[in-house]
Amino acid sequence: MIKFILNGQEVASAAKANERLLDVLRSEFRLTSVKCGCKEGECGACSVILDGRLANSCMVAMGHVAGSHVMTLEGYRETKRFAVLEEAYASVSAVQCGFCIPGMILASECILAKNPNPSEDEIRTGISGNLCRCTGYTAIVKAIGIAAKEGKGLW
Amino acid sequence: MEKISKSIRKKDHTAKVSGRALYVDDVVIDGMLYGRLLHSTKAKARISNIILPDLPEGYFVVDKNDVTGENRVQIVLADTPVFAEDTVEYVGEPILMVVGPELKAVERILQEIVVVYEEQVPILDMRKADTAFFDIKYEKGDIDKALAEADRVFIETFETGHQEQAYLETQGMVAYPHKERMTVRGSMQCPYYVHGALTKALGYDAKNIQVVQDVTGGGFGGKEAFPSILACQTAVAAKKANKPVKVVFGRQEDMEFTSKRHPSVCTYKVAVKNGEITGMDIDIIYNSGAYTTLSLVVLQRGMIGANGVYRVDNLRVAGRAVKTNTVPNGAYRGFGAPQTFFAIEMMMNHIAKEMGVDALEFKEKHLVKQGDATSTSGKYHFHVPLPEMIKRIDELCDYREKRKRYEQQTGRFRKGIGMSLFFHGCGFTGSGERDIIKAVTKIRKNADDTVEILASNTDMGQGLKTTFCKIVADTLGIDYDRVNLNNPDTDLVPDSGPTVASRSLMVVGELLRRASERLKKEWKPGEEQIVEERFVEPDFIIPFDIQKFKGDAYPTYSWAINAVEIEVDTLTATTKVLGAWGIYDVGVAIDMNIIQGQMQGGFLQGIGAASMEQMNYNDKGMIRNNKFSDYIIPTAVDVPNLVTEIIDNPYKDGPYGAKGAGELPAVGGAPAYVAAIENALDTIVNKLPFTTEEAMKILQEENA
Repeated sequence: MIKFILNGQEVASAAKANERLLDVLRSEFRLTSVKCGCKEGECGACSVILDGRLANSCMVAMGHVAGSHVMTLEGYRETKRFAVLEEAYASVSAVQCGFCIPGMILASECILAKNPNPSEDEIRTGISGNLCRCTGYTAIVKAIGIAAKEGKGLW
Repeated sequence: MEKISKSIRKKDHTAKVSGRALYVDDVVIDGMLYGRLLHSTKAKARISNIILPDLPEGYFVVDKNDVTGENRVQIVLADTPVFAEDTVEYVGEPILMVVGPELKAVERILQEIVVVYEEQVPILDMRKADTAFFDIKYEKGDIDKALAEADRVFIETFETGHQEQAYLETQGMVAYPHKERMTVRGSMQCPYYVHGALTKALGYDAKNIQVVQDVTGGGFGGKEAFPSILACQTAVAAKKANKPVKVVFGRQEDMEFTSKRHPSVCTYKVAVKNGEITGMDIDIIYNSGAYTTLSLVVLQRGMIGANGVYRVDNLRVAGRAVKTNTVPNGAYRGFGAPQTFFAIEMMMNHIAKEMGVDALEFKEKHLVKQGDATSTSGKYHFHVPLPEMIKRIDELCDYREKRKRYEQQTGRFRKGIGMSLFFHGCGFTGSGERDIIKAVTKIRKNADDTVEILASNTDMGQGLKTTFCKIVADTLGIDYDRVNLNNPDTDLVPDSGPTVASRSLMVVGELLRRASERLKKEWKPGEEQIVEERFVEPDFIIPFDIQKFKGDAYPTYSWAINAVEIEVDTLTATTKVLGAWGIYDVGVAIDMNIIQGQMQGGFLQGIGAASMEQMNYNDKGMIRNNKFSDYIIPTAVDVPNLVTEIIDNPYKDGPYGAKGAGELPAVGGAPAYVAAIENALDTIVNKLPFTTEEAMKILQEENA
């Protein structure tokens, strides 16, 4: 069994060491916010926060996860920081089809955790591993800027 | 800004932002099986044998012999097989499906199947095609006379390649039989298209088919017709299994084997006399791929827009959609228009350059205006706001001054700026709304005085749930939270037509507004009431005759201008976008944030098509760029300074003045980008995409 911390809870998975974290999160733990967009680490739809850093869960082998902290949107959405991002994204209608959004929200968290007052360039670089085909990114970039302002002190 | 345009929290925001929204791949049903398709590896071949491995218990194969109705998918025509018969016509054609309880085992079985092909010589180059699926011609005035009397005739050929929709959620369907019925749910734009296709392929009565849209992760046209094909295959499998079956495509499978934008070759012959254009003779070839799918309508839209936003009294347009042994192409945002708008915009630039006049001034001289005839001898019935839009974009980006300043630069870093002027015809082409779609929509007032919208149009991210509800709530004068729109279920909603052609808001939105007006008058608190509205063609329309190709192809047009400024590093041949500006007339924005999001997203897709989105075949007809690692789409750092503005130009037959919006922004990004490249490098480009490699070629020639 592979033991790790998933959204704050200690869990054990029967998965093999060479299975993808993405597949295990979706099928064994039924965490469907983690989306499969490409399975080659290009699109970011399956982003999770792995030991504090944004990671494409399709590129993470289960063997690597033992003892780690994994956060998905199911865990993150219970936080105050998420509530700020949720409102910020709503205020500029930054969500269209929504498929990239769980990854985008976790990428937003990682940007703000590293730098609570990021420049537009830093925001754009911070989400450059997360593809969005709908928005042209403008609204998402704005939303993260708004969250930084509205959530002062939280990050 | 109109009052209605003030943005509101989107209806689907909370579910999507929190990751609670369930897409088709998130659906799990007890006892559900997984299916994967076996795709042809040959572009043209006869199948002489299929050798199956021993199948473990619970696993089976589904093919043409299992199709209980007709082995054809109803699209516009019905030539696409559900499963291949004796031959395959492109790499990727579905031959059979392996179905079973464990996806990994299904995939293993798929690897072990051997298909024995007798290979034939495929036709991959559309210019060498020997079959034209569709061959259309129309003209007005006397083009031969115009050409004969011209001072100069300019001739040039333009090419565009494939573009992949690259929606983030791949295609997927779940089908489950129950009693005498079949339910299919999944990612789709047009539930009733899927419904019609299933009826034919299963041989069921229409009442025994139920289609439900799941939350759809982007469409851009890619989920207009293709879901009908996948739904038929999945439903045939579910019927055979008598169990639920789910099929979700992998990214590579989706990129290689689903419909894309038609590659094109357009040749323009333009007559100029006394410095003015007197005629255009235009020849268009679109590569349909192996089956017809939507090519007829895509070709028509491309042909109708072939002379762009310019008045051309002597015009001949000939178009062919030809068969090749490549993946069938279909709808992609813009639907045939981006190809010809690229060609016409570049053609105008090149003629101006040859004549030694400013491209924008040359274009301004030829702009259509209200009252002018359209290409198909219809009429521009309403105000054409291009002059004021040109003025505004010039204020925003200093286009005219920069364009001059950037001519004939030397040095390592060279800047350029380009502009494109374009329209998008709103709604179905020709008399489609009146004769084919005949939209019906309803609103139901519940006993608790909440209101439900009953329409088959889907929200695939473009915000229809929000905009439809805003229209109904505002017209009724009730709170937005009391109006709801669920994902369409064909058991519950009438056929208000497909979610395509930038029609939903303008056409169905107007039906909803009228229904709401009636309901408001008849409102009885505490009672259930239903109001129905049916499409009626606006009375000003000059009826479109499809045989003669004459009349109003569209009731009205949405207009736009794009400008793009770039900088080329002549040492590395890489290009940086310094700014991208767009001014859009979509009538009235029903929600400003939503329209801005549509314009920004569509603009970026256009810049992607111009600069990086390349999809090529090898000599066996296999697509080489089949993953996000080699089919590159823009990221957040590629176009940082993207500015869009919306002007008001209300359309009297649209709800609150709204016109079509969704496709417009995907039409003009590419010609603006390429015009900027030409400005920077003092060169002529007539092909899309213009990648770094293309820039390198030009720079190497310059140095040689």
